[in-house]
Amino acid sequence: MTAAAAPAELDHGTSGAGGAAGHGGDHGPSTGISHVKLAMWVFLGSECLLFGGLISTYLLYKTRANGRTLPTDVFDIPFTSVSSFVLLMSSLTMVLALSGVSRGDDTAGRAWLLATALLGAVFVGGQVYEFTSFVREGVAFTTNPASAAFFTLTGFHGVHVSLGIVMLMSLFVSSVKGKLTRNNSETVEIVGLYWHFVDIVWIFIFTVIYLIPAD
Amino acid sequence: MSVEAAEADPSEAAEGHDAHHPTDWAYVKIAIILAAVTALEVFTYFRSVLDWGVALVPSLIFMMVVKFYLVITWFMHLKFDNSIFSKMFTTGLILAVGVYLATLTAFEFFG
Repeated sequence: MTAAAAPAELDHGTSGAGGAAGHGGDHGPSTGISHVKLAMWVFLGSECLLFGGLISTYLLYKTRANGRTLPTDVFDIPFTSVSSFVLLMSSLTMVLALSGVSRGDDTAGRAWLLATALLGAVFVGGQVYEFTSFVREGVAFTTNPASAAFFTLTGFHGVHVSLGIVMLMSLFVSSVKGKLTRNNSETVEIVGLYWHFVDIVWIFIFTVIYLIPAD
Repeated sequence: MSVEAAEADPSEAAEGHDAHHPTDWAYVKIAIILAAVTALEVFTYFRSVLDWGVALVPSLIFMMVVKFYLVITWFMHLKFDNSIFSKMFTTGLILAVGVYLATLTAFEFFG
């Protein structure tokens, strides 16, 4: 194989989304779909098992008070509703960011990425406030099995949101440096998939843990 | 639902290209529906205003599924992308639901 022939051979199979995604064509998929995107979907499928386990554990322990205050006794539903709404709207700003980057509108892309990160930060801030108010009201991590399961579940979700904010800010910085263009908008889509997944997990948590009565 | 899929071409979107995703306005309309459903969910909390009775839990689960479906199909583009992505995610989801329903049943969660 000559040096001149090598690039052409390496380009085989990049006609799908991966090729369009602008990964240089060096490692394009032979399946016609983006392997990075497929990997993210497989990862999200596996995350269902993680959160399914945490939610199930909480459901099994939610009435184990050991004679002390249960998390359900100190829930502030109006406050959590606002937090839920904020996270839900961050999904809208996320798709608008992807839309902006995809059509080459860097300014819109950056603005919506920043808005998404800010909404995520508001959600995490709300969760920190909720946790501290719970502790003040006598519900800490080690208070009883119910509180341990509750803090583990919502804490894991909060960590996921926080990681998402880090990824969003990385994209924002890349965009400011001019490294994020419509040619590699798939990166934004991959981060967006993660972000929306975090949102749908909260949709589930909000209903099952907060809104459905414990008794 | 008034939001038309015609704003994107599923047959072309099967390739996974962003260019065939819905318009920004379509996303905004989906977000408005999600916000309305969330408001209705929160309304169920105020039982002094309206007691949903035995319909409460099924209604909440239905609204949760509607929101879940709208986010994964529209915002996560499963409606427009290659079906293998749906299959990968659905496999994990069904596995998780099956495993944990079995676990909850084994621990007599459902009485």
